[in-house]
Amino acid sequence: MTLIPKHPHLLRAYGDREGDGMVQMTFTLRISPGAQAKEVAKRFAEAHGLREPLISAMEECGPGYTYFVAYGHSIHHVDVSEVDVPEVKMEDLDKHDIEERIEHQIGRKVVVVGACTGFDAHTVGIDAILNMKGYAGEKGLESYKWFDAHNMGAQVENEALLARALAVGADAILVSQVITQRNSHKENASALITLMKERGLRERFVMLLGGPRIDHKLGLELGFDAGFGPGTLPKHVAAFVVQRMMERKQ
Amino acid sequence: MAQVPLDMKVVDECRRLAASIADDVQRFIDKHTTVGVERTVARAFGIEGVDDQGIPLVNMLVDRIHAQKLLGRGVAFFLGRELLRGAPNLQDAAERLAYGRSEITGEGPETEAQINAVLEQGVKTALKHMDDARDTREAMKARLGMADNPWKYVIVATGNIYDDAIQAKSAAHGGADVVAVIRATAQSLLDYVPHGATTEGYGGTYATQENFKIVRRALDEASEEFGRYCMQTNYSSGLCMSEIAYMAAVERLDMLLNDSMYGILFRDINMQRTFVDQYFSRRLIARSKIIINTGEDNYLTTADAVDAAHTVLASQFINEAFAHRAGVADENLGLGHAYEINPWLEDSFLLELSQAQLVRQIFPNHPIKWMPPTKFKTGDVFHSHVHDAMFNLVGITTKQSIELLGMFSEAIHTPLLMDRYLSLKSTKYIYTAAKHLGDEIEFKKDGIIETRARVVLNEAVELLTTVQRDGIWDSISRGAFADVKRTLTGGKGLAGVVERERAYVNPILSMLEGGAA
Ligand code: B12
Repeated sequence: MTLIPKHPHLLRAYGDREGDGMVQMTFTLRISPGAQAKEVAKRFAEAHGLREPLISAMEECGPGYTYFVAYGHSIHHVDVSEVDVPEVKMEDLDKHDIEERIEHQIGRKVVVVGACTGFDAHTVGIDAILNMKGYAGEKGLESYKWFDAHNMGAQVENEALLARALAVGADAILVSQVITQRNSHKENASALITLMKERGLRERFVMLLGGPRIDHKLGLELGFDAGFGPGTLPKHVAAFVVQRMMERKQ
Repeated sequence: MAQVPLDMKVVDECRRLAASIADDVQRFIDKHTTVGVERTVARAFGIEGVDDQGIPLVNMLVDRIHAQKLLGRGVAFFLGRELLRGAPNLQDAAERLAYGRSEITGEGPETEAQINAVLEQGVKTALKHMDDARDTREAMKARLGMADNPWKYVIVATGNIYDDAIQAKSAAHGGADVVAVIRATAQSLLDYVPHGATTEGYGGTYATQENFKIVRRALDEASEEFGRYCMQTNYSSGLCMSEIAYMAAVERLDMLLNDSMYGILFRDINMQRTFVDQYFSRRLIARSKIIINTGEDNYLTTADAVDAAHTVLASQFINEAFAHRAGVADENLGLGHAYEINPWLEDSFLLELSQAQLVRQIFPNHPIKWMPPTKFKTGDVFHSHVHDAMFNLVGITTKQSIELLGMFSEAIHTPLLMDRYLSLKSTKYIYTAAKHLGDEIEFKKDGIIETRARVVLNEAVELLTTVQRDGIWDSISRGAFADVKRTLTGGKGLAGVVERERAYVNPILSMLEGGAA
């Protein structure tokens, strides 16, 4: 089934053939399984833009609740040319290049302070970036000769993080947020920026936000210089900090 | 039946070292108390209520005594003295002390014998309350029967206790044997236990006595309806670990996450505080015959699961030694471990099988708690489901006792109703399809699995040797476990640790330690 003519900008879901729009969807409804439930699920899928939906599974997953698997041809498409996403722009430098650049262009150690803030007790992400051990075989910033990295760990209050950054004369502050339930990550992160603005300190630091549910767009929205998500390596962070410091110098 | 070779001499040596490590700490524990322990004593005496700010009376009471630097005598001393001075009952005594206008002093003509005598009835009632709850639970278990091992354990974490109750029932309907309501994100750092039914919480629901009741009721209904006893779990951890243990005891919980070191390593709670608190919590747990779940699985989230496998085993010996010192029997000691090796590593499955079998054999009578992959889970839910299937296969083959089921949405959110259902379904399939696999196979002599088991045990004894030499305090400050370093005076809650005075009064602890009726 081809829903609309192909167009290079218009993206439809690809199942087995170009343009078939095939997608799979799973959901739970508060209804017991049966003929009526199946029809309800079908309409539910249709309401989501699935044509000719097939309810391929229907099982009671709790008293009075049913779980469904649906397949169908999605009528929707997205015009790629209309989508513009900010991406962190930086050179792809390795550790050696970065070290050299700091030595020659900055001429002193770059100081960074990182923490997982608020009630969040997840340290593995920030440790991956900062600690010697690093991540995916890449050593963290602690291992860089030209970085002075301070890792405050988890459950750090915004005030305490800021105080430490001032005390050690940090160039950059690295904030990690892992828990996202009810947007707690956004609230915590933007509270730090607000605090810094109130004290006239926002421009003093390069601000980085990271975590599994963070991307550059969100980082910017929350007032940071950049946002980093899953798979970030220490060298990405190092390269960005150095580049931003150079830009600011100019 | 598939067995890995076990050098019992090495196992015995591990136990000897762990005993010495725990004895060293026990000497410290026996000389100290904490605000948490004293609040628990007050709760056990039936003291309840909160003020208009939501601050529990037990906190006001204990903080006030602590502010006068008198907590080393024990809250029981003051309560008893207040009774001798005319308070009609313990609740009233607590209110007078907490809210009274005159300052609390340490002086008085009352003798220790008088204090103990006047508290005798209160102590009896406190223990009876716990014992009755335990007996009711045991009777219900006997009447309805329990499922075969591995018990299927799932998590509920909506943040709203009424939704939790619905989900708990649904889980039982889907075949869960154990339902854990996990605590709200920040609760472990609260130095009080919230009050009443709660409907707001991030990443979990507050552990409160009322919330325990609500879920117990739902699971009792489920047990009757489905004709099989459904167990309830919560967390006895954080700054209020002993208070929560007490609440769990009287509300008939079946299991508690309770670890001698978890709070230190994963919540940065001060180690002196944690060691004292864990002891009292475990005394209550032992009396109530609650099964504890220790938290060694977590080590493998911050440290590498291949390199640090022996730290899990070493810590299990230590947790066991601490638990024995608090009177917890082996059959209630659910030591934790996990399937957390990088799944893309060659033969990762064999290494997991080896460790699971090793732990099973070393602790044959313990209800071992086997934890699923979490760290290497990604948002690819389909792949994640396969990853969990491999975990289930190891669980049934090596006959783990309690298995926390993996969730395909682990990297995304706390489990949805449907996620839990699908996990239960595939676990049921694997448990059935491979029920006797472990009895049918043998491991190749000196093959990968046997060799790995030997290596892990030998590394564990080496680690225990160093920890025994340096003491646990120093060892933790050097990062012996989970790659996490904590210091003797660092972390939260140290201000709540108090040296016991010579005339320290804690008749509840004395009874628990004496094992008397
Ligand atoms: C390990 C773990 C734990 C460990 C944490 C140990 C530790 N010291 O960190 C323990 C067991 C303690 C734990 C506890 C809890 N956890 Co947890 N945990 C996880 C788990 C399994 C893995 C997280 C992890 O380590 N990932 C590996 C790291 C390397 O990845 P990362 O964080 O994404 O980091 C990378 C990038 O994001 C980036 N990055 C990260 N930070 C930063 C910062 C900067 C500046 C930059 C540039 C980059 C960057 O770089 C890193 C490397 O590439 C996840 C599930 C999962 N698979 O994701 C759940 C998970 C995160 N936990 C969760 C929950 C709910 C909890 C608890 C609240 C449970 C409870 N009720 O008790 C508690 C939290 C208590 C608290 N106060 O925070 C939920 C969160 C749900 C949500 N979306 O909000 C998850 C998703 C599990 C789930 N499905 O329920 N957890």
